[in-house]
Amino acid sequence: MVQILFAAIKTGTPLLFIALGEVICEKSGILNLGQEGMMLMGAVVGFLVSYSTGNIGLGVISAMAMGVLMSLIFAVLVLHIGANQVATGLALTIFGTGLSAFIGADFVGQIIQGFQPVAIPVLSDIPYIGRILFSHDILVYFSFCMTVALIYIVNKTRIGLTLKAVGENPHAANAIGIKVLRVRYLAVMFGGSMAGISGAYMSLVYTPMWVEGMTAGRGWIALALVVFASWRVGRIMLGAYLFGLASIMHLVLQGFGWSISPNLLAMLPYVATVIVMVIIGADHFKEKLLAPRSLGKPFNPRNMA
Amino acid sequence: MIRIQARTEPSTLMKVASPLLAIVLTLIFGSILFTAIGKDPYQALHVLLIAPLADSYNIGEMFVKMGPLLLCAVGLSLCYRANMWNIGAEGQLLAGALGGSAMALYFIDSESVFALPLTLIAGILSGMLWAALPTFLKLRYNSNLILTTIMFNYIALYLLIWAVHGPLRDPDGYGFPESAIFSDATLLPTIFESSRIHLGVLFAVLSGVVGWFILSKTHLGFQIRVFGADEPAARYAGFSGKKLSWFVMLFAGALAGLAGVSETTGPIGQLVPNVSPGYGYSAIIVAYLGRLHPIGAILAAVFMAVLYMGGDLAQIEMGIPVAVVSMFQGVLLFFLLACDFFINNRLISTNQATN
Repeated sequence: MVQILFAAIKTGTPLLFIALGEVICEKSGILNLGQEGMMLMGAVVGFLVSYSTGNIGLGVISAMAMGVLMSLIFAVLVLHIGANQVATGLALTIFGTGLSAFIGADFVGQIIQGFQPVAIPVLSDIPYIGRILFSHDILVYFSFCMTVALIYIVNKTRIGLTLKAVGENPHAANAIGIKVLRVRYLAVMFGGSMAGISGAYMSLVYTPMWVEGMTAGRGWIALALVVFASWRVGRIMLGAYLFGLASIMHLVLQGFGWSISPNLLAMLPYVATVIVMVIIGADHFKEKLLAPRSLGKPFNPRNMA
Repeated sequence: MIRIQARTEPSTLMKVASPLLAIVLTLIFGSILFTAIGKDPYQALHVLLIAPLADSYNIGEMFVKMGPLLLCAVGLSLCYRANMWNIGAEGQLLAGALGGSAMALYFIDSESVFALPLTLIAGILSGMLWAALPTFLKLRYNSNLILTTIMFNYIALYLLIWAVHGPLRDPDGYGFPESAIFSDATLLPTIFESSRIHLGVLFAVLSGVVGWFILSKTHLGFQIRVFGADEPAARYAGFSGKKLSWFVMLFAGALAGLAGVSETTGPIGQLVPNVSPGYGYSAIIVAYLGRLHPIGAILAAVFMAVLYMGGDLAQIEMGIPVAVVSMFQGVLLFFLLACDFFINNRLISTNQATN
């Protein structure tokens, strides 16, 4: 049981990273469907840099930088040129999938020494909880800190208030002097950096190697996760670990001695996502109440005059 | 100085010119990229775009690739016109391949004339089913169509992989994850002697014409166009959004299913795990490049098929990873979206504007 929960956290961590980035982005009113593409680019760049320099820390930073760079393509098209957010996001995913496979083609199958677990002294000695929470690698701890920091920033600070104002009503925010586009740029870029680190987690920790399309739809699941968490940062953490649990269900079931085809069990996270979408969508009123009001709608300051 | 001014009316010229401009910009981007990785850009572009059309064999292969792209893109064009964000053509294609193959394997020892039609119908119905599930979930439970259709893509993929490892695996296939090779009675006949162009390619071109007819000549098509342009107006006119949603989704599912079953009963001849090199996703770009117009989709599908074919040749002849194709597709869509800006806006010099 302890082992399962430990694995659920490990599997949920990339989802947590990318969903944290996306929730901030969506809170500013921008729906970026390019998560999968940014994540794949993060994964391949993180791996390539770590492989060639031998420095995995540098790999993670490069992956985040790559994520930001990818998100900037999206930001320019959506925020400046006023392109359709859905189509641009899809383009970003298709582009990222292709580009990552293109630049990673020569490195498929190479293996590197990824991040090693670091047990936190004292805390990791707590029975059960110590093993589940405090004997992971450093990126998992970073995701813990990130979640706590974001809960604080979104709910308790002026930055969080500005972000929400832009997402709820950009016209009102603009009227009181908030630079709407600047806030949205920053939110999209933050989303990119989180997608990058999420990809790096996949290629440096989860399976320390590069495989084409290795994120296997996690970028899309993260988008569902944000809706599942009704745009609340704290619930994203819970949701990510639940999805992590669903992804390793085959291990659990095998543990009970059930033999089901691994290919059928591989569907579980996707089926779970569909079920979640149905449950949330059914409560139409609640979804409308909780989603940022201007989500997906363009804002053009030129039209204000 | 130059500045941007909103047009009073959308430019019809730019609507047509924008995809062409985007293609040119993508080629320029490609030349720079090939130069950067130390390949001769002229040779690379030649292999990617001209070589696929150089001889009759290559042209035939290009049409074989055009078939599934076009079938999926025609369906998606109608969906997007009606504001149904169906990203599930890939899953619907795989479902069609799976359902059709199950039927084809049922007829494995048969010579019946009904074998091929029933196989095709099974594929079409499977594609429709795969489109119906997310449509039902959207209309009944208001779930997000983009995400559910993508999830159904993954579910279809694993279902197919499961099937070729399990129930549909060839018992005499030495354990390879492949079905038995279909009997001749369930294979799509080829149209020309010397090439692999099969009946499915003809279906694809027909689907473009049918799609155009529905969209331009029928009341249903009129409703779809009004719905896409101005949803409140369509509702005010009393058009049923549900009925239209069902129609476009089932139409798209049927075409994608047909694409899938045509692949397995056409060029492949059996069910294999990698039926589609992402045709369903590329079809999204084909639909956009064709301006969400079924006839435009035919032209766009030819271009995309050339690119697919060129990608294969570039890998063989120049050692360029085949992933270059999907990267180009993404870049192409970026440029297209950027160029579309000028449908509703134009650049003017500020001197002129003050007049």
